[in-house]
Amino acid sequence: MGGSMKAPEKEILGTKMNHRHRPKITALVVDDNMVVRAIHHRLLQDLGIENQVAVNGKEAVDVHSSGQYFDLILMDMDMPVMNGIEATRKLRAMGIRSTIAGISSRSLEREKQEFMEAGLDDYHEKPLTADKIVSILHKISNHSG
Amino acid sequence: MERNQQLRRQLASMRQSLFDQGHLDEQFILLEELQDDANPNFVEEVVTLHYRDSARLITTIERALEKSPLDFNKLDGYMHQFKGSSTSIGAKKVKAESTQFREYCEAGNGEGCLKTFQLLKRDYATLRRKLEAYFQVLLCMG
Repeated sequence: MGGSMKAPEKEILGTKMNHRHRPKITALVVDDNMVVRAIHHRLLQDLGIENQVAVNGKEAVDVHSSGQYFDLILMDMDMPVMNGIEATRKLRAMGIRSTIAGISSRSLEREKQEFMEAGLDDYHEKPLTADKIVSILHKISNHSG
Repeated sequence: MERNQQLRRQLASMRQSLFDQGHLDEQFILLEELQDDANPNFVEEVVTLHYRDSARLITTIERALEKSPLDFNKLDGYMHQFKGSSTSIGAKKVKAESTQFREYCEAGNGEGCLKTFQLLKRDYATLRRKLEAYFQVLLCMG
């Protein structure tokens, strides 16, 4: 399970992200669990990704309504107030084109499908690892060319 | 110097036994890898957060198990949260028992839920005690 990223991979990622003409990648961690938020925040930080956290889907939507933008959103599925499926739908309806990756402990195909159909670009089962984040980030760099 | 070497050996032995006895899995190693000079107490901080979060959930689940009839949907919801937090720190046995509990919820098996919860609480307390002792030794090393 997991596995840490090797040093050369981190270096390549750092180069991509800190290139003079390419601003640093920013991310939003959306999860109601404080332990998960702390770990995901640190994982992203370790990869040089500036990131903020939100405790549920509504907070994620509100932060975007206030004008903030993130290259990457890591979205949990099960959250109180507003879950990840609803939040993803709302964000897409608002015209948010960030890379949204669903990060959930749900493993059933139909549950994953429902989440994907809400507007995700990617989906990973918890626990999140550096390797999984790198695979998500490759999608961002592919989108931006 | 010798004391530090002794402590180092003690720490390594305590850590290894947590894995050998099935209390922890690779997720704990991931947490250790995120610890560095800028975040020197990351593992202990996350584990502390987990115990704060999970203690509350255990009380909530205990109260829910006292009700009659049992609300299996609510119980499953609470255990889903508990499992998420336990998984995040690599609490292997507790995670397995959480999964079992949720299966009993799905089956509407109250007795199964009660029995599994007792096992879960036992292993949760054991891991907590062992981790606290581990961090205490770590603190002694400075």
